[in-house]
Amino acid sequence: MNNQRREMVDGAAAIARGALDAGCDFFAGYPITPASGILSHMLRELPKVGGIGLQGEDEISSLGHCIGAATAGATVFTATSGPGLSLYSENLGLSIMMEVPLVIAISQRLGPSTGAATATAQGDIQFMRWCTSGGYPVIVLSPTNIQESYHLTKRAFKLAKRFRSPVFIATDKETVMTTESVAESEILSSPEWPDIPDEPVGKPLYPYEINGPIHHYTGSSHTEEGHITKNPEIIADFNERLKNKIDDHTDEISLVKKDMDNGSDTLIISYGISARSMEAAVKELRSNGNKVSALTVYSLWPIPEKKILSSLDGIKRIIIPEMNHGQYRHEIERLANENVNIVGVNRVDTFLITPEEIIKAYHG
Amino acid sequence: MADKIFDTYIAEDNLPYEFCPGCSHGKVLGAISNSLKQQGLDPSEVVIVTDIGCVGLSDKYFVTHAFHGLHGRAITYASGIKMQNPDLNVIVLIGDGGCGIGGHHLLNAARLNTDISVLVFNNFNFGMTGGQHSVTTPLDSITPTTSLGSTDAPMDIAGTAKVNGGGFVARATAFDKDLPDLIEKAMRHGGFSLIDIWELCTAYYVARNDFGRKEMLSYMNGMEMESGVLQKTDRPSFQTSYKGIQEQASKQKPMSGLVLETQFSSTLDKPIRIVLAGAAGQKVVSAGNLLASAATLSGLWTSRRADFPITIQTGFSVAEVVISPEPVLYSGIVKPDVAALIAPEGKAKIARLTKTMKKSDTIYFAEGLGDVESSAKQYPLEFPNSAQKDIRKNISALTAGYLAKQLKLFPFEALKEAVRKIQKPKIAEINLGILTCFED
Repeated sequence: MNNQRREMVDGAAAIARGALDAGCDFFAGYPITPASGILSHMLRELPKVGGIGLQGEDEISSLGHCIGAATAGATVFTATSGPGLSLYSENLGLSIMMEVPLVIAISQRLGPSTGAATATAQGDIQFMRWCTSGGYPVIVLSPTNIQESYHLTKRAFKLAKRFRSPVFIATDKETVMTTESVAESEILSSPEWPDIPDEPVGKPLYPYEINGPIHHYTGSSHTEEGHITKNPEIIADFNERLKNKIDDHTDEISLVKKDMDNGSDTLIISYGISARSMEAAVKELRSNGNKVSALTVYSLWPIPEKKILSSLDGIKRIIIPEMNHGQYRHEIERLANENVNIVGVNRVDTFLITPEEIIKAYHG
Repeated sequence: MADKIFDTYIAEDNLPYEFCPGCSHGKVLGAISNSLKQQGLDPSEVVIVTDIGCVGLSDKYFVTHAFHGLHGRAITYASGIKMQNPDLNVIVLIGDGGCGIGGHHLLNAARLNTDISVLVFNNFNFGMTGGQHSVTTPLDSITPTTSLGSTDAPMDIAGTAKVNGGGFVARATAFDKDLPDLIEKAMRHGGFSLIDIWELCTAYYVARNDFGRKEMLSYMNGMEMESGVLQKTDRPSFQTSYKGIQEQASKQKPMSGLVLETQFSSTLDKPIRIVLAGAAGQKVVSAGNLLASAATLSGLWTSRRADFPITIQTGFSVAEVVISPEPVLYSGIVKPDVAALIAPEGKAKIARLTKTMKKSDTIYFAEGLGDVESSAKQYPLEFPNSAQKDIRKNISALTAGYLAKQLKLFPFEALKEAVRKIQKPKIAEINLGILTCFED
């Protein structure tokens, strides 16, 4: 018996610790199951380290406080679920326009509206991407387990700062609220993921500072100085830059886990909690002598196109388990050759997708 | 304080104002500039946060820091800025429209007593969009959206701030000579301050309602909404209160995980899925934690889900525990291997799961909960005689002990060690006492 240190921890605690270790010093949020655990942890922990944690009067004010604090130099974080994301929408537009770094954990539950409160789901994948008017890109990361929740949260803060953009952590009730045993070493040591450079793409956000230069931040189309403009050329340049600063760095943001089986013509693609069922199914299939490849997508948006396309050599069939009606499947359908057979495994009935369902889809 | 004297805080390169002729907004901006001048503030010490509407055009007219956000939300940004940097003077310029759509933020900022100054440019209608009625539009007013006269009771903005605990609340008009002084008083107040500044919208409201300066003052009198300082309290600001919270919190230890080190071993060779189904108050989840922790102490991997209604201390309480020799990938349970039913609420809640259980699975049930519709083997939970006195109050801990003995997933000692490791000393003592019945 070798002595192993294992932590009993849930996703809420892992995400909160990731945020704190990333230097977060400001959190504002509003209670909603299954994201309230993150709120409680942040409000309890931040004052201990001289930071500020606050429960706003609603989601709108919570995100407003975060954006204001960010322009005054805070490293900000908030967490909610689908119904809260609805209310975040307008301020997400503002943070995109002002280029405010922002990390937002979305603990998905089965909707729409109050929905099946509180059952797990992955129904906000497109909602996060298209979270506000204008259709400008955002970054969405999705952990499949507790240790990845910790590490991807830390990564989200680096990305938010580098791109001056909202970065979502797409998680779910199951991951956030289930306590699991996790090897302590998997939390203490970082996964082998490529580093995110510290330098900002474009100008960094200069916070308001006494005796410093004057800064204007605005939700209107603006000049570099932050002054409203109606000049079509300046507006066009600005809007193009908002899009390109993320799209042009897709390869850098892209993060996947490839588990390729030489000679397999079936690839399973999944993300978040469903990727764990995929992993269980793959193990079982292989132990019975079946050939199968698997791709876990951690960076859902922007779509890691190159990494997905490079996994499709010799693939005749793609199986995509996800707890919605096929939100990511539609993206894969767009990317894959039309001769590839694309199959969804979907559940919206409060239950996790079982490994058996994926195995059944494999045997088709 | 400013190193040099500023004659004005208005960005003169951007003048003239683009407000309509006769609009009061320019007057109030001038009063703000004069107030900053008499306070001798450096422009970098001030952040002007503007809302949406004609007042939202104001940020570009200031040489100070500025923030122009969304409609009705200016107060929320201002609070965030001030929270992060309490040395900044944060002033919100908002209209009656913004106080309507953002009324919730207004009254909550007053409650919070966050140290910002809210200057309301209250001209009784939506100027920017064509003069539609707002929350302060006087009764019977004609606007494009109340063509036969407004029927809604006008909101008292200053009164709202006052009754919700705003530290400094005043009412004024754009024509008041002492407006710069009043703004200075509001800014110097340590806590939430608001001045409800009544104005004329010459483009729309004045034109449609025969509402000039004289009529505005007589309306003020008629409504018994007097001008001047309406409230001044020395209630501590959010900034002061939170500093106290930070000081107290700094003495506490930061959060850390519960780390369990493998001390025991197990021969379990495949995952087992266990559901404990009871009622609120039976400490079912706690028993689930004990099983999961004992398994972890024995080198196994676990997941533990809890399910209970939104209202606590009533209804079912269910703990789903997966114990596995490998890290748990799929944490769901659609068919338990073992179910323990300890209350009718739990039995009913998991009826769907127990129904799926097969001959090779096992259901243990407390007294009176047998006859489960299931192919699983069914046995009563037979606790040792010495445990009878504990059944009523501590059935969950007993069930954990019973399952540990029956299933032999890990040594019984691991369960006791879990009690010692994860439970508070007082509760641990009780539970260790209860568990001795299995060792007699």
